This record gives sequence, C-alpha cells and structure tokens, in this order.
Amino acid sequence: MIDFTFTEEQEMFRKAAREFAETKVADKVPEMEETEKASDEVVKALGEAEMMALTIPEEYGGLGLGYTARLIALEEISKVSVATGMMLQIFALGIEPIIQFGSEEQKKKYLPALAKGELLASVAVTEATGGSDPTGIRTSYRKEGNDYILNGRKCFITNSHIADTITVLAKDEENPKAFNAFIVEKGMEGFKPTREEHKLGMRGCNTGELAFENCRIPSENLLGVEGKGMRVALAAIGDVGRGGMVGCALGLHAACLEASVKFANERILYGKPISNLQTIQNKLADMKIDLEAGRLLGYRATSMQDKGMRSSNEFAVAKYFTTEAAQKAAKMAVDIHGGYGCMEEYAVSRYLRDSFVLGPSAGTSDIMKVIIARWVLS
Amino acid sequence: MLKIVVCVKAVPDPKEAHKIKIDPATKILTRSDVPFVLNLVDKNAMEAALQLKEQLDAHITILSMGPPPADNIVKECLALGADQGFLLSDRAFGGADAYATAYTLAKGIEKIGPYDVVLCGMASSDGSTEWVGPEMATFLKIPVVTRVNEIVEYDGEWWKVKAGLENGYRLVRVKLPAVFTVTRDLNTPRSLTFSGIIKARKKEITQWGIDELAVPEESAGQKGSPTIISNLATIDSKRTVEIITGTREEKAEQLVQKLADTGLI
Repeated sequence: MIDFTFTEEQEMFRKAAREFAETKVADKVPEMEETEKASDEVVKALGEAEMMALTIPEEYGGLGLGYTARLIALEEISKVSVATGMMLQIFALGIEPIIQFGSEEQKKKYLPALAKGELLASVAVTEATGGSDPTGIRTSYRKEGNDYILNGRKCFITNSHIADTITVLAKDEENPKAFNAFIVEKGMEGFKPTREEHKLGMRGCNTGELAFENCRIPSENLLGVEGKGMRVALAAIGDVGRGGMVGCALGLHAACLEASVKFANERILYGKPISNLQTIQNKLADMKIDLEAGRLLGYRATSMQDKGMRSSNEFAVAKYFTTEAAQKAAKMAVDIHGGYGCMEEYAVSRYLRDSFVLGPSAGTSDIMKVIIARWVLS
Repeated sequence: MLKIVVCVKAVPDPKEAHKIKIDPATKILTRSDVPFVLNLVDKNAMEAALQLKEQLDAHITILSMGPPPADNIVKECLALGADQGFLLSDRAFGGADAYATAYTLAKGIEKIGPYDVVLCGMASSDGSTEWVGPEMATFLKIPVVTRVNEIVEYDGEWWKVKAGLENGYRLVRVKLPAVFTVTRDLNTPRSLTFSGIIKARKKEITQWGIDELAVPEESAGQKGSPTIISNLATIDSKRTVEIITGTREEKAEQLVQKLADTGLI
C-alpha cells in the first residue's frame, strides 16, 4: 500500500517553514521588488532558521533531513516569496556538489559554515554559448603547477553577487571533452561578479554574470575526479536543481489559488460573489487539479531521492508539469482578478511575472521534454 | 530547579473559523474538518517558560486535555523546547466546561509531581471564559495572578508580576507555587525550528485517562460540568445603511435614540 500522507513531523516542518515565511519574509517582499535585490535580512534569517542546513549531513553541521523536508520548506517559502524560494533553492544547489563529490577536507572546510548560513553557495554552469547544452560552454581551465587557471564568463547565475562559494564548470583548454568543476571562492584573484540582471520576475533574488580572468584555483578546490566535472554539475542540477524548481512552482501555484479564492469570494458582480459563477469555478478547479497533480509528482520524486533511488527523470516530469502549471495558474489568477490583476497592489501581478522565470531555470520545459523522451525511448 | 508546568489547549484553527457551524438541535459546535492548533495566547505562556529556562535552571512540562489529535500541539511545545509532555485524554473528559477542565488539569498537575509555577494563556480562542486558570489555582489551593503582562522579579520564592486591569495595572507580589495566566503583551513567541522538531523526536508524551488520574466520573467531562449553555447562535454581521433626516438637533436626537435602542449606549 502506498502511503500518500505526510508524517506528523513533516507537517510540523511545514508549519515551521510557513511561520518563517510569514514572519521573516513577507514584510520584505515590497522592498525586494522595489530594489530588485536580495534582502540581507532575509538571507540572514534563512541562515538563522537553519534553512541552508536541511540537506547537509549532521556530521558536517547540517540537519540531514533530506529532500522531502526541503521541498516542504521551499513550497511554503515560495508561497510568500518565490524569489526567496529561488535564492534558497540555489543555495542548496551550490551545496549539493560538495555533499556528493567533495573530499573529506572540502566537506569539513565548507559545509559547517554553509549549514549556518555564514557562507552562501551557488553553482555556475550557464554561459552565452551553453546552458541547456552544457558541453557548449567556453569557460576554460589549464593546469599550471598545482593550480588551475580559469578564464571565461558565466551568465544568468542566481546568487551571483552574494555567494561566497560557487561550483563553476569549465572545459579543458586542450581537450574539449574534459570538464572540471571547481569550488571558486569570493575574493579569489581574477574572479569577480560583474553585471547584475534586471529580471521580469523573481526580482528579489540576485542574478548576474561572473567573470574569470586568469583566476588561479588551487588543486584542492577541484571537485570530484579530474576531467569528470560534467557529472558533478549535472548530478546536482538533475535532482536538486529540478527538485528546487518544483518547490518554487508549487508554492507560487498555491499562492495563485489562495489569492484567487479570496478575491472570487469577495468580488461581487451581479449581486453575488463571482465565486458563484461557473466560469470562475472552472478556473479554480483547474488550478486545484494541477496543484494536486504537481504535488504528487514532486513529492513522489523527493521520496525516491530520499531513498537513494535515481530520480532525475521523475524530477524532469515534475519540473515540467509544475512550472508549466504554475504559469497557467498565474494567468488564470490574473484573469479572475480582472483589471485588479494588472495592478501592482495585487500580488497576482507579481505572481504572473514570477511564473515566467520558473521555466528557464534548471532546464527549460523543452529540455525537460528531451530528457523525458530519452527516458521513454531508452 | 524551577519546575514549570505550561497548560495548553488545542483549539480550532481561527483562520478556518468560518467552517465552524452550530448544530441547531444539540447546540454543539461541529468542527470536524477544522484542524486543531495551539491556542494563540498559550504560545505566550510557552514563550515565558522558555525565557525563564534560558535564564534559570528550569524544567518545562506541558499539560493539555483534549482528544488524541491534541497530542500535536503538545509535540509542538516539545519542539519549541519543553522537556516533557502530558495529554489528558479520555472519552469521559469530553464535553467538559471550564470547571471540569480546571479540575481535571489540577489532578494532572498533582499527579505530575512537585511544581513551582503553572503558566497558561489567559483564555482560549474558542471558549474565552478566562476561568480555567483561576479555577485550577483554587483546586490546587495556590494563589493565582490573571492577565500577567510582565514578569518583573522571578528569582527566589517570591515573584513580582505586572498584571493588566481595564484602566491600569496591578503590581503583585506572590509566593510560589502559583498560577499565572498571561496576555499576548507578555512577549513575542518564538517560531518552531527544524532542529527543535528533530530534538522533539526523543521527547515522550504521556497520555493519561480517567483511571490513571483517579478522577471520579461524576467530576469529569460533561457530568462534572455545572455550566448549562441555554443557547448558541451565529452572529449575523450584515451591515445596513439608514439615512437620518431632519435638522441637526433632530438628527442627533434620532441617532442617540437608535444607539440606545440597540444597547450600544
């Protein structure tokens, strides 16, 4: 028998995450929208609330709670601020390569501070010439004594300007089939975050470019096996990156539904609330059906991941479905609000803008279909 | 070591209060699909206990009476940092009014063992009588201070607390053991943390029924409740508009009359 219920403890995690989002994040959303910057107070609060420690093993100062707990937290936080959910999801994505591929020294050096939120993490794969196709990247390295020299540029990197440790994927200057993943630290000579992007949505999470100009990386910062860096990057993105986007999408979707139900019950037309109209009920039902289906897909994938099973294909399905569904839900939410939906005073206008950022992050919907088709045909 | 008992109550989630209906025949609240949550002001009592524990050598016991699902709120208090939890749960306790609840809780406190301080929220969001704290103190034969909004002195066996009055406050010196009912002004309750939830895995909740407490059946639940609810009704909050006409004096006169008729003045 399959058990589809959350445990009492998981329900309590949800409550903790919801309380956190409502008390520490909600008030900061207008400021983050206005400044288009991550809020220092929110980042600090995330650390204090142990949100970065969820997936880090206990022996390295984390909570070792796994990926279902992480999805619960992301869903609840994204319900209030999907930009904060996105920021948190990328912290975990930056941490994951160290958990999965880091040496004992690297784990001891970075994980305890990352768990406390004293260090912030990110991952940098995408470039102008490759994101969906990571083999197309041009950032390169060459060996020089015991060090590596890194050159190139990364773009659309979440947490670009606030991260302290970034897992950077680069290609061997002389062998286009060999890739390395390095832990690059803020302040390393030859490395600097450059342009900060102005995005359509998720304005409260920082996205930007990174530049590497003869950046010297000591060999102890190499992650995993020499030349096998692609595996390091893709393993993290496949499960943790897509899983994180599922959390962001589910939270946004739930927020769209909640706002729509509230508005539909309050808005009076023809002498009664518009929630009495079948056309509105139809939209609400569609949103609810997709939300329920998305949750089943997402939590099925995380439960497999928590059991140590391969789950990247299941995450591809969940990521495709939930991000597409959230976008549809945001459109319906704005439709239900009518003219009010176009006003910034109503959160649904932000939800619609935010929903467009869900798709391209951690693999576009089209790339998810490529992966799913490959799974079906294999 | 200061031994603190915090009494907490599981109440229907106020956010879903619109789902609570009154059965017209039995006058009982039907709340089947409304989840239970920790009574809001009980969180302030819990926070007070946690702050005392941070400053003194203290041990926090949680005590609640309710149906088995109420163990959720006891667990929540354990996750917030309490040391042990007790849930008084028995069909025989069902339908208890404030008096029978206070009696049963007092029996629970006596059975738990020696205590110095009993903290509870001043009222529950569903019953709102403010009687349970004082009645419990009466059964325990110890002093009570209600509506505490500041604990001024708390070292030694004499405490000084500031307690609210309608138009002022009282400064009360009281000798422990004592019951304190607290207001929401006392502090800002902390939130649950993930590590607190993990720590609560090792903390046990003991459940006691009527036999364990040795409470006579006629003193528990509905049988032990002297309160008779003659009626329960849903407040109709529909707004209406009425334009008063006439001279300024006539309008004022009519307005005063109307307000007097509604009992507002």
